Amino acid sequence: MSLFKKLAAATVLAVLATGAAQAQETLRIGTEGAYPPFSEITADGKLVGFDIDIANALCDEMKVKCEFISQDWDGIIPALLAGKYDAIVASMSITEERKEKVDFTDKYYDTPQAIVVPKDSDITEATAESMADRSVGAQSSTTHAQYAEQIFPDSDIRLYPSADEYKLDLSSGRLDAALDDVIVLSEWVDSEDGSCCKILTTLPGDPKIYGPGIGIAVRKGDDELREKLNAAIKAIRENGTYKKINDKYFDFDVYGG
Amino acid sequence: MTMREMSANQAANQAYVSDRLLPAEPPPASVRHWSKARIAGIVLMTLWAAIAIALVVFFISAWNPALLTRYGPKLLDGLLVTIELVVLSVAIGAVLAGIVAAGRLSKNRWTRGLAFAFVYFFRGTPLLAQTFLVYYGAGQFREVFEAAGLWWFFRDAFNCAALTFTLNTAAYQAEIYAGAIRGISVGQWEGARALGLSPVVIFIKVVAPQALITALRPLGNEIIFMIKGSAIASVITVYDLLGETRLAFSRSFDFQVYLWAAGLYLVVVEALRRLWDAAERRLTRHLKPAQDSSGQQVVAEQLGA
Repeated sequence: MSLFKKLAAATVLAVLATGAAQAQETLRIGTEGAYPPFSEITADGKLVGFDIDIANALCDEMKVKCEFISQDWDGIIPALLAGKYDAIVASMSITEERKEKVDFTDKYYDTPQAIVVPKDSDITEATAESMADRSVGAQSSTTHAQYAEQIFPDSDIRLYPSADEYKLDLSSGRLDAALDDVIVLSEWVDSEDGSCCKILTTLPGDPKIYGPGIGIAVRKGDDELREKLNAAIKAIRENGTYKKINDKYFDFDVYGG
Repeated sequence: MTMREMSANQAANQAYVSDRLLPAEPPPASVRHWSKARIAGIVLMTLWAAIAIALVVFFISAWNPALLTRYGPKLLDGLLVTIELVVLSVAIGAVLAGIVAAGRLSKNRWTRGLAFAFVYFFRGTPLLAQTFLVYYGAGQFREVFEAAGLWWFFRDAFNCAALTFTLNTAAYQAEIYAGAIRGISVGQWEGARALGLSPVVIFIKVVAPQALITALRPLGNEIIFMIKGSAIASVITVYDLLGETRLAFSRSFDFQVYLWAAGLYLVVVEALRRLWDAAERRLTRHLKPAQDSSGQQVVAEQLGA
């Protein structure tokens, strides 16, 4: 076969392949990839986690193909608004502040937050007094960071770009405590990396900060997608897919009351 | 021909020439062609003007006093952190750079090699990586640092950032100083030595004042790089101006906080620029044309005479 023919054949194949892929609509989903067990990037560069499985289940339900785009947390909403992707499935709390910029689906899970401290810590309770002048870590621009600033006004709140970094500083003893989702923290303290630390207590949370739970963010006015996602969440809750994914990661129902 | 005849001849010639000279006319009005360069210039200027107007319009339309009262003080706190970091690291870095530059110019092969290795490492790797390495690296070896009695220093994120920035800028500044000193001709050293001056006096009185003129502008560049580079400190929880701006943006999603930050950076850099202009005037005052009491420039020939 001449080079030209080979090229022509390759072009035809490529066109056919894209045509086939386009037959099934794709939904581009933004996620973080640094929040295990909800989303993390494995050693070979794959995105895995509860958020990813839920998103895939929703896509199956909606008969579309999921395409994941990982994005740093700080820029996750601006990138949605800029059209880099169409929905955020990244354990994002539904808050009033965020609702000014994006729309949310119904919640797809809701878990409490917790305080983690080094095992040899002398902190026994999570009150403003006991935490005064202590350093408390949280991930920047999260509801947890806001909550930490509210309930520990006299503490030194240190903000980290992702959960990975405050975990490093907890194990090196730079931090006296950290605040995050109870599931994220309990998975970590059970792992080898987190052997330095223990969960002190869970916290009730402030509905004004945390809102009704974790939802999927879409651009404002993208009602068709939002309705479809809502229907899909309802469907996977009812047909047992949600429970299957839930049980893969947790031994209790993370959907909440 | 006698002298008288010659001057008569000249007079006649002058009359002859002036009779035939064309009357003085104003120069012809220059014709401005629509050259390609002119069209391109106008298009570019229009574009720039449009961008400037768009920015101003955006700024006015997006003006939000609530946002300013909420995030303004935080941005100023961030600016303070930026200035603290830069002043500390540039000042201590300058001292260190002096030593490293001396090493770079040393006649001893080992001293030279050591200084070269220092500069090679800190210029060759990204500041971000160095900051991470110092901060989280120190965290991994807590026991070692505790045993050495240094943990109190490395525990604090600001100290780690200031240390990394100091080492980094020292490497860059060392190259600037070493280059400027190399640029002073050997004759200056030789001449001063011929006058019987000691090496220290030669350096302080002859070489350094000339080298500083060369080093001044690159040094200004380096400081401006540090002002902007200090944003890197926010990865280790030290929130400088840009770090605070990013935080404010990720809460408010309002683009104008970046404009505020840009304005603050401009103010800082402009202040530095003026300071540098003044420093340059001071350092080059011997090169300026002299002035007499009436403020008139004294002509060069007079000076030479």
